[in-house]
Amino acid sequence: MSAEATEKKAPVIKFLAGNEACMEGALAAGCRFFAGYPISPSSEIAEKMSGRLPKLGGKFIQMEDEIASMGAIIGASLAGAKSMTATSGPGFSLMQENIGYAMMAEVPCVVVNVMRGGPSTGNPTGPSQSDVMQCRWGTHGDHPAIVLSPNSIREAFDTTVQCFNFAEQFRTCVVLAMDEIVAHMREKIVIPAKEDIKIVNRKKPNLKPGDPYKPYEADASLIPPMMNFGEGFRYHVTGLDHDATGFPSGAPDNQEILHRRLVDKVEMHKDELFLFENHRTEDAEVLVVAYGSTSRSAKRAVEEARAQGIKAGLFRPITLFPIPEKQIALAASHAKKVVVPEMNLGQYRLEVERILGPAVPVVGVHRVNGEPIAPSLILSAIVGG
Amino acid sequence: MSMDYFQYLRKERMPHIWCPGCGHGTIMKSILRALDKLKWAKDDVVVVSGIGCSSRTPGYLDFNTLHTTHGRALSFAQGVKVANPNLKVIVISGDGDAMAIGGNHFIHACRRNMDITLIVFNNNIYGMTGGQASPTTFTGSKGTTAPYGAIEQPFDVCNMAQASGATYVARALDIDAVAMDRVILSALQNKGFSVVDAWSQCTTYFGRQNKWGDASEMMDRYKEMTYNVRLAEKMSPEEKAGKYPVGMLFQTSRPEWCEEYGKLIERVSK
Ligand SMILES: Cc1ncc(C[n+]2csc(CCOP(=O)(O)OP(=O)(O)O)c2C)c(N)n1
Ligand code: SF4
Repeated sequence: MSAEATEKKAPVIKFLAGNEACMEGALAAGCRFFAGYPISPSSEIAEKMSGRLPKLGGKFIQMEDEIASMGAIIGASLAGAKSMTATSGPGFSLMQENIGYAMMAEVPCVVVNVMRGGPSTGNPTGPSQSDVMQCRWGTHGDHPAIVLSPNSIREAFDTTVQCFNFAEQFRTCVVLAMDEIVAHMREKIVIPAKEDIKIVNRKKPNLKPGDPYKPYEADASLIPPMMNFGEGFRYHVTGLDHDATGFPSGAPDNQEILHRRLVDKVEMHKDELFLFENHRTEDAEVLVVAYGSTSRSAKRAVEEARAQGIKAGLFRPITLFPIPEKQIALAASHAKKVVVPEMNLGQYRLEVERILGPAVPVVGVHRVNGEPIAPSLILSAIVGG
Repeated sequence: MSMDYFQYLRKERMPHIWCPGCGHGTIMKSILRALDKLKWAKDDVVVVSGIGCSSRTPGYLDFNTLHTTHGRALSFAQGVKVANPNLKVIVISGDGDAMAIGGNHFIHACRRNMDITLIVFNNNIYGMTGGQASPTTFTGSKGTTAPYGAIEQPFDVCNMAQASGATYVARALDIDAVAMDRVILSALQNKGFSVVDAWSQCTTYFGRQNKWGDASEMMDRYKEMTYNVRLAEKMSPEEKAGKYPVGMLFQTSRPEWCEEYGKLIERVSK
């Protein structure tokens, strides 16, 4: 790849795989540090990053494992670099402790998890959506979660930019949950011109040299402004329960305030986080809720059902977490049945059931055989009694 | 040595958590004396640690301080250094932190040779969690998970560091402040990855379980278990057998990671 697509004034047309589009999105968002460890089906992101980052003055480092990769991106972010890593199931499991650290210490960073079949080594090259709940609940303790899932190459680019923007805005670790199909399929993509890409940077406190800085003192937004190491405001960062000064504090009141704030800072702003698509849901009597590559089969199935006279529609969450609950309920307002196809055994389906309650039957279409879910399978669930 | 330690300490964080007789505070003071000589701007210094009694040190120090997860300090520290090579990065770790759960990061950090100094507060035991055996517990010594004495051979932190590629390697005892100051200062000055195996006594867990007595008796034991590397040539193999050399053990010069990456950037970004 030659010139800097991301620096271009005019849009650039390319033919890319999802992993490549993800990397382009990261660079466009300002990512200048990548640490990673090879694993299918995500390795291309690291490979491409190793070639591109130094050309932009950025840094790439291959670490000894995914635990170290996660630690390195947190350290780099504290030193001021927008940072990311990319991995897949087994590596994502290894990252969990440090992902929790990033959330607790409020260090912006992005983790791409290209989902393959699990548990364990599972199916290294087959597609899957079976890490969805790990993306939400993988690390221990109560914590916030922002998880996006693209279904096209252009969207792999856009959601990666969004992940960085959300990470910077909310001072947390954001996860991009791509499935192997999106990661490896190739499509035409129009990379937007630089000035058309919205970039968010971490909010800085308004301080003069010598002013005291409390790194975890938040205003009404609940998101504390952030200084980087080396900028003249020395402070302490820990994964222990801490107070607004950043120092450990075991006082019950402080703990309660901290843990609620960490969750509430995302909860409070969640309307800004919801990315989704409604396709023919206005009058949908059968609603399909699908995300990632599965949503493309679902859209096809919806079209085929419509051709048969069935009022079918598709709701596609792009933001998987926080869950667009109201939007799902709204899309289902005329639904007599809801179908949730997933390349797992029903992880998001349980959420949809919880949101809609017992009044609407929710049918799962689940595949864990390393094959994509064909439109015909979804269609039979739409049509079937 | 009448320096003002408080210019580098966060007074409001006192008292510290360490037990009476613990060696960790002594090593902390050596680090401060070395930094006082170097006169680095406090805003440019980043002190990173893992989890353990030793890893609580950064919280007391008035620099940019990063208390990470157990064993992972070096991975965070390398991220800091690569992202901003102008920062002076010091890592403080316990023997459990650095050599057990962090063992893989340890060898790879040595191999990469970034300009970072790792000081292992080595007390041959897991202090914070209540005295379990660590990878540097001596064969035969007791821990709460080795009630009959450890049957395993301990790691030699310095041999590991040298074999893995560190460019400055030294060992010192907390009882010998002059030697400790000297090696920590040289470690900080070395342009590359430096490792100091800084021996410390855990009076509460190692001392009591092994009936080694109080802090001063423990320090005397450590003295008996070691010899000054500068006297090594004059000593017979029998005199050295089973003992650890102290002092500067190894130093070499080879390309530093961030400098090499800087050259790479220049080469490819034209
Ligand atoms: C992943 C993980 N495993 C275990 C622990 C529990 N833990 C806390 S400190 C510690 C050992 C500390 O020993 P060492 O590193 O030797 O430092 P010391 O306390 O002796 O200074 C352990 C095992 C933890 N915090 N995290
Ligand atoms: S338990 Fe041991 S290592 Fe921890 S503070 Fe006490 S003496 Fe020091």
